[in-house]
Amino acid sequence: MILEVQNLHVKYGSVRVLHGIDLSVKAGEIVTILGANGAGKSTTLNAICGLIRPSSGEIFFNGESIHRLPAFKIVEKKITQAPEGRRIFGTLTVEENLDLGAFTSKKQDRVKKSLEWIFELFPRLEERRKQLAGTLSGGEQQMLAIGRALMANPKLLLLDEPSLGLAPVLARQIFKTIREINETGVTVVLVEQNARIALKLAHRGYVMELGKIVMEDTATSLIKNPEVVQAYLGGAGV
Amino acid sequence: MIDLRMIIYAAVSVCWLVAPLFLGNYHTDVLNNIAIYALLGLSLNIILGYGGMFHMGHAAFFAIGAYATAIINTSYGIPVLWLLPLSGILAGVFALVVARPIIHLRGDYLLIVTIGMVEIVRIALVNNVFGLTGGANGIFGIASPTIFGHQINGIVNPKHYFYLLTAFLAFTITVFYLLEHSRFGRALKFLSSDSVAAEGSGIDTSGYKLAAFVIGAFWAGMVGNLYAGKITFISPESFSFWESVVMFMIVILGGAGSIPGVLLGAFLIIGLPEYFHGLQQYRLLIFGFALVAMMIFRPQGILPPKQHTYATDNASEKKVSS
Repeated sequence: MILEVQNLHVKYGSVRVLHGIDLSVKAGEIVTILGANGAGKSTTLNAICGLIRPSSGEIFFNGESIHRLPAFKIVEKKITQAPEGRRIFGTLTVEENLDLGAFTSKKQDRVKKSLEWIFELFPRLEERRKQLAGTLSGGEQQMLAIGRALMANPKLLLLDEPSLGLAPVLARQIFKTIREINETGVTVVLVEQNARIALKLAHRGYVMELGKIVMEDTATSLIKNPEVVQAYLGGAGV
Repeated sequence: MIDLRMIIYAAVSVCWLVAPLFLGNYHTDVLNNIAIYALLGLSLNIILGYGGMFHMGHAAFFAIGAYATAIINTSYGIPVLWLLPLSGILAGVFALVVARPIIHLRGDYLLIVTIGMVEIVRIALVNNVFGLTGGANGIFGIASPTIFGHQINGIVNPKHYFYLLTAFLAFTITVFYLLEHSRFGRALKFLSSDSVAAEGSGIDTSGYKLAAFVIGAFWAGMVGNLYAGKITFISPESFSFWESVVMFMIVILGGAGSIPGVLLGAFLIIGLPEYFHGLQQYRLLIFGFALVAMMIFRPQGILPPKQHTYATDNASEKKVSS
């Protein structure tokens, strides 16, 4: 297991958001977390990468406990996130944004290699490397957010709603690239509202409701599961 | 464009350097005040400009440097300039202790706490804390700095002091320019524009913010040393909340995060009112109007940080990469 989340509870002030989440991710997998708005998907990701402190529960990465580490230390452990809403730096260039992703790595040749790899994955970013990130289209900004997360050479990549606000054709393109990234050995945890496309990509999936995990199965079974079809895949037809 | 900028900077520097040769003592002293506030503005710029932290208590660090110099110089006779690093260190340590618990506060909340801090420091000084600060009367008889046995008296001969301050100003500009373009400067730029994204990319945001606070305070403490050596008499009045506001205005009006902007801000806010003494009673009124107008028409400051220029066509792009 590359990632183990045990009995994770998170509160925002006095509001309890997560009521004991158990998750495990094997190395090399793509795992998706499905659920409606407010189910706690993003909160779970933010807790894993240290942006939110859990009120109780434990998180292990390669057997090492990480839930007490600050977010910047977790990046050094090779977990990075492309956050929801992308959060790129609009007033900096594409290249400067990617540079920031490599803030933790000290070896220049390694950084250069990652940059080349990212430009291979997203040729569009190379074309626009000198352009201000704020002037990119939504899809390009998403590519940049993923690229920035990859600059730190993560072993575990957390993606929060990569299809948010994208045209279907662009979303498919992004998902194809996520598979390519995974095939190089990066483990991926994917939070998505677009359940169909996420389940096609993922190996396994979890379904969350109101801060709890209500279902866990392989992606191929989930996509056929009547309850999942009813709730997330638009009823009758698959 | 860049060349034009360089020419202007060079011309302004030369004018600044030769100005005392043509000015009387009074006007040279005005320049000295501009230099002091330019230094204070630059040190605040690390915190407020690069770090994006609304810190309105910078006079506290200035005061600690000045009082440290005054107390040690008058009690033990240690020469003022020798105390320059110590004044900075004491202010920096104070900043470390004070800023640590409040560094995570944002925007207006930080502003309120720092206002509280500067008031506490001033009241402590007025109340003659530990019997060291001389209460409301302050401390008299601080020695002037000496360099190679040559005394630089800021009152009798402001021109000598002018060149001491100018040398320190040049040193400061160089250091802060290098800082701005270092890994540290980049980290501050990232965290001030989106601290969550910066933290999520592996930047120790609270560590860098704290470092910015300590560096800014360290520098303000050193300026306090030079200030004490200049006027040889200090009292709590010189370190009121209003002084903090003036420093804040210099940075915001001139252009937060821009070294030339802060220098211009110091000149406008400290220098101009001195040259319009005839309008004494309307000074603050005009000032207030100018501030309001600025916030409406140019909220980023008069000389905001230079926007990068980006190659857009392929020809010039090749030039960049090769």
